[in-house]
Amino acid sequence: MTQEIYYKSASELSSSLSRGELSSVELTKVIIERTEAVDDRVGAFNSFSAEDALAQADASDQRRSAGQALGPLDGIPIGIKDVLAVEGQPLTCSSKILENFISPYDATCIQKLKKRGAVLWGRLNMDEFAMGSSTENSARGATSNPWNLDCVPGGSSGGSAAAVAAGEAALALGSDTGGSIRQPASHCGIVGLKPTYGRVSRFGLAAFASSLDQVGPMGRSVEDVALLLQAISGHDEKDSTSYQEDCPDYSLAMEGLKNRKWKLGLPKEYFANIADATALEPVEKAIEFYRSLGCEIKEVSLPHTEYAVATYYIVATAEASSNLARYDGIRYTHRAEKFDDKDSVDIYCQSRAEGFGEEVKRRVILGTYVLSSGYYDAYYLKAQKTRTLIRQDFVNAYNEVDALLTPTSPSPAFKKGSKSEDPLSMYLSDIYTISANLAGIPGISLPCGYSDGLPIGLQILGQPFKEEELLAIAREFEDAHDYKNQHPNL
Amino acid sequence: MEYEAVIGLEVHVQIKAESKIWTRCRAGFGYEPNTLVDPVIMGLPGSLPVMNKRALDGIIKAGLALNCTIPDQCKWDRKNYFYPDSPNNYQITQYDQPICEGGEVEIELDGETRAVMGQHKKIKLTRIHLENDVGKLNHFAEDSLVDYNRAGTSLMEIVSEPDMHSGEDAFAFLTAIRQTMIYCGVSDCDMEKGQMRADANISVRPVGQQELGTKIELKNLNSITGVKNGINYEIKRQINELRRGNSITQATWRWDADAGRTEHMRDKEDAHDYRYFPDPDLMPVKIDDEWRNRIRSEIPELPFDKQRRFMEDYELPYTITSVLVPDRNLSDYFESAAKQNPKQAQAIGNYVVNDLQRELYESNESLEDCKMSPDLLLTIVNAVDKGVITKQIAKDVFIEMYKSGETADQVIERKGLKPDFDEDQVIAWCKEAIEENPKPVEDFKSGNEKAINALKGQVMKKSRGKANPQAVDGLLRKLLS
Repeated sequence: MTQEIYYKSASELSSSLSRGELSSVELTKVIIERTEAVDDRVGAFNSFSAEDALAQADASDQRRSAGQALGPLDGIPIGIKDVLAVEGQPLTCSSKILENFISPYDATCIQKLKKRGAVLWGRLNMDEFAMGSSTENSARGATSNPWNLDCVPGGSSGGSAAAVAAGEAALALGSDTGGSIRQPASHCGIVGLKPTYGRVSRFGLAAFASSLDQVGPMGRSVEDVALLLQAISGHDEKDSTSYQEDCPDYSLAMEGLKNRKWKLGLPKEYFANIADATALEPVEKAIEFYRSLGCEIKEVSLPHTEYAVATYYIVATAEASSNLARYDGIRYTHRAEKFDDKDSVDIYCQSRAEGFGEEVKRRVILGTYVLSSGYYDAYYLKAQKTRTLIRQDFVNAYNEVDALLTPTSPSPAFKKGSKSEDPLSMYLSDIYTISANLAGIPGISLPCGYSDGLPIGLQILGQPFKEEELLAIAREFEDAHDYKNQHPNL
Repeated sequence: MEYEAVIGLEVHVQIKAESKIWTRCRAGFGYEPNTLVDPVIMGLPGSLPVMNKRALDGIIKAGLALNCTIPDQCKWDRKNYFYPDSPNNYQITQYDQPICEGGEVEIELDGETRAVMGQHKKIKLTRIHLENDVGKLNHFAEDSLVDYNRAGTSLMEIVSEPDMHSGEDAFAFLTAIRQTMIYCGVSDCDMEKGQMRADANISVRPVGQQELGTKIELKNLNSITGVKNGINYEIKRQINELRRGNSITQATWRWDADAGRTEHMRDKEDAHDYRYFPDPDLMPVKIDDEWRNRIRSEIPELPFDKQRRFMEDYELPYTITSVLVPDRNLSDYFESAAKQNPKQAQAIGNYVVNDLQRELYESNESLEDCKMSPDLLLTIVNAVDKGVITKQIAKDVFIEMYKSGETADQVIERKGLKPDFDEDQVIAWCKEAIEENPKPVEDFKSGNEKAINALKGQVMKKSRGKANPQAVDGLLRKLLS
């Protein structure tokens, strides 16, 4: 089967580049053409510069012809979620309040990609400040799901997921605070990995909720995701929460773990009361697949699961209310034209009222409330205690099993606009993903089937800093199925 | 009714360090506005704080010098409020787990005169914590501009117990803190550069009452004298209010140094809810004995201890120690000379406090840069001690030495100041003086002791100041008896 170049995996493209069958400029032109052809329908990008990308590609080709290629990502176009700082490029977080901001510095993960020669490709749409599950909360406008343009791509890294699924980028960086990589990956039929908290530096990632945020890779295959994870992982002295230990060679480690008889747990709380049975079916088949490989499948309990959503929305909004205070209309953000200069706080009120969208305001207000004097103990402190219990649930589960298998999302991608008026039902679409952020553990979502023509994701949750195990387990499934070669018709 | 005041101080002290507290960005004073900034200082999206260990060393040193306990762990919290001088609109500080707990500061009140040591007492501290300083707002007719150079400078807040009772107590407290910080090298505490700032909590109550009165927070105390005057004014104001039958409402007032009065700023109802919560970007800090001991070993002898030792070991008068001790370099200078000739310690002290200080001031040189080393100073002390030159001549010799860096002997030699006559010549001058001045002679003989000075002066003049005054005195008396 011949495949369009734009749908080839990054590892295939990397081989073609190193064999000289393809130049980075040729590849980048293909990606640009593809983007120009489909992005008016998909809407994955907030902005891109073809000229800038081609200049990077040309530099890559020159390195390669001089025998100085920088590794497997050299010359590969990688889309960047518009939440990461790239020197000289806009950084909008899909918010009006940052409409004119150009970052004067690089995020650490961006610096690492530059060192490895990647072609940084465009700014990908997202829910404003990563707050949302549908990429509808964007000042730039909603992104569409390439599998069904009437549906959302998921969020908040919906632009990243859609771009990868539609062949507008070989790989993309996303960020995941409560499922923002895994849920859109699942909705768009691609692979997305949220690393362990601390595995990837947060320096240069515009913060939503600092204790939950992680940057992570998104791609069309497990191997591609491993390649990108390798490039961005590792200790960074600019991030005090960054993990000190070195990371392994993921491709090598993945090989070494091949054919292992894993002990896999099914958290019973995740399988009770699932409304959409058709969405569960592919996940159940995936579980049967692992059983057929000789893996031990075991029911486990995460008893505090029912508190996860409430805990998450207290911790995340509290941190967000403080993190977003810097967007104030004083220095680099949108400033309202009209404000009462006799009133010292009016410049803040007017600029923030104009600059932030509804969901961001809702969360800032909620977060401000839960930290207020007199409410702190009842909300924030209690949520921190519950968070400890949730973390302990996972420690207990991992005493019994190596990893957990769950659905990524309770349903396939939903129709645009269907949940916009009901924030709570939107929040509940993260129900399987947010515990991993609260516990700090890694998780991966990979395509495992369809429901009504829309992709369904299998989530695998692993032990802290054992991303290689997640990748190895995911790859067993991927190798035995054809999902990575299935793409939307656009 | 008699009232007494109760005062607690919150003192902010900038920690001296090359770089700022949460980033490697340079720290300093007097630079072009907004040149000491980087993405962290400007609060750009994605920037993260990383703790500067030097700042921690500084505050631990300050805490140990002020007898605080350093707990095994401290943590960082965000204090949330909107103000243009704070780029993130939150300050990173320490809410419930500060790095230093408790502690006390020894202070000295003014004595009856400058020559008399004042009363010493100890003021208890509540805590010292570390936080970042904020930028500076400059207001103009049309608009306001912000300079973020100061933002992110390491700042410690020393909080005292309500343990003081007058502006004089507060003055002595700040003086002691300042000297201790300078001694430890933690801060220069220059209030004009904003390196030390103080706010006071002031209340008054009838003497004998245990319960504290309603407190007023007094701000804008921009100098140590300002602190004293502002507090004393505010105490009087509060007592007057109470005497008039009015009550005090909890509020923030400010000291207007030009007008010499305090004025109302805002009521307590307007106070912020700072919504403190642990900063998720920073890990708690663990402090072990190795760390504490390393810093403890770097703490020098503290000013009051040194003063007591100088008075005891070198028998220095209080007046000399009170000039020497506040300046660590000057007292070190003194001691390196005095150790070599302890019997002349007083003379050395006098040279340091008077002649050396005067020359440094007039030449605008620093102690480190001047040519007058302690060893050089000893040469002039010895020359006077051995009677080679008189104290009077020594004054000029000192100035020469200070300028040229020569030893006393070299100056004496070069300028020909050594006596070029023997005792017979001095006796001859004495006889001449007696012959030429019958009036003082007569006066002396009829019992006027002082009259001998006139004769002595004549002899000194004849010797061009080189004769030894004590020897001349003895000879005159012998001749007149």
